[in-house]
Amino acid sequence: MNTGRQFSPEFVERLVAGDMQAFSDLVDQTSGSIYGLGLRMLGNAQDAEDVLQETFLKAHKALPNFEKRSSINTWLYRIATNEALMLLRKRKAEIRFDLESKEEEEPEGEIEIVDWCCLPEMEFLSEETRVLLNQAALKLTPALRMVFLLRDVQGFSTQEAAEILQINEDAVKTRLVRARTKLREELSGYFRERLRGQVMNG
Amino acid sequence: MGEHGHCKEHLQQFSDYIDGELAPEICAQLEEHLQECDDCRIVLNTLQKTIDLYHVPGEEETLPEGVRSRLFARLKLETRAGDSPRE
Repeated sequence: MNTGRQFSPEFVERLVAGDMQAFSDLVDQTSGSIYGLGLRMLGNAQDAEDVLQETFLKAHKALPNFEKRSSINTWLYRIATNEALMLLRKRKAEIRFDLESKEEEEPEGEIEIVDWCCLPEMEFLSEETRVLLNQAALKLTPALRMVFLLRDVQGFSTQEAAEILQINEDAVKTRLVRARTKLREELSGYFRERLRGQVMNG
Repeated sequence: MGEHGHCKEHLQQFSDYIDGELAPEICAQLEEHLQECDDCRIVLNTLQKTIDLYHVPGEEETLPEGVRSRLFARLKLETRAGDSPRE
């Protein structure tokens, strides 16, 4: 659960009433995560910054009409995910390459059985591993990547992710298991080599 | 070993198991199976480890230098138009 970002009803009232200090606090408390989501979704800092700025500009405009049915946090993420997906669509159109349809139809390959959990912790913390994690996530289709980022990177619940993306909870679960499976396969291939290296180095 | 077909069939269950969303009776069955199947145990453990590696605690997400100031500059510029009522 994304419990770190719950806002009191009084705070939400101030936001809706146009209190700039409250809005500034909201920006400070949520902008880091929203920037992180953009960065992992788009894969570069400039696009992440564009998503960040557009999200808060749109949020500021829309706040007076905020209906308190959903939480401010999921509402804000709904704007951010739309912005990120819109920009991604624009980028894809620019390079004339439809990742979505190709990857969705890709048949699942063989399953890797490599026990790499036993690798020393420093293997997981290395810069090389960090880069690999980012690259592997960027290989997912946008639909799978977005669900994975919301659920497993940012810690939203299934219900919250469904609300943010306006899809049903079963769709969240299905996409999540596919994303997790693909990432586990990628990581298994990589860490298999690391394990081999370890054996060879004694 | 070598026959991994059944591990694949369990993938949805592993995912639900990790999230604590598996029905109790299915959970018990799966745990029983895990005790005798090394392959499935490896798949489950590496799946869990994959998720752990990606998780970023919210408080660790900070804006790079410059991004925050540019964000506030743009917000101030475009909100100064006076479209927001003050309390």
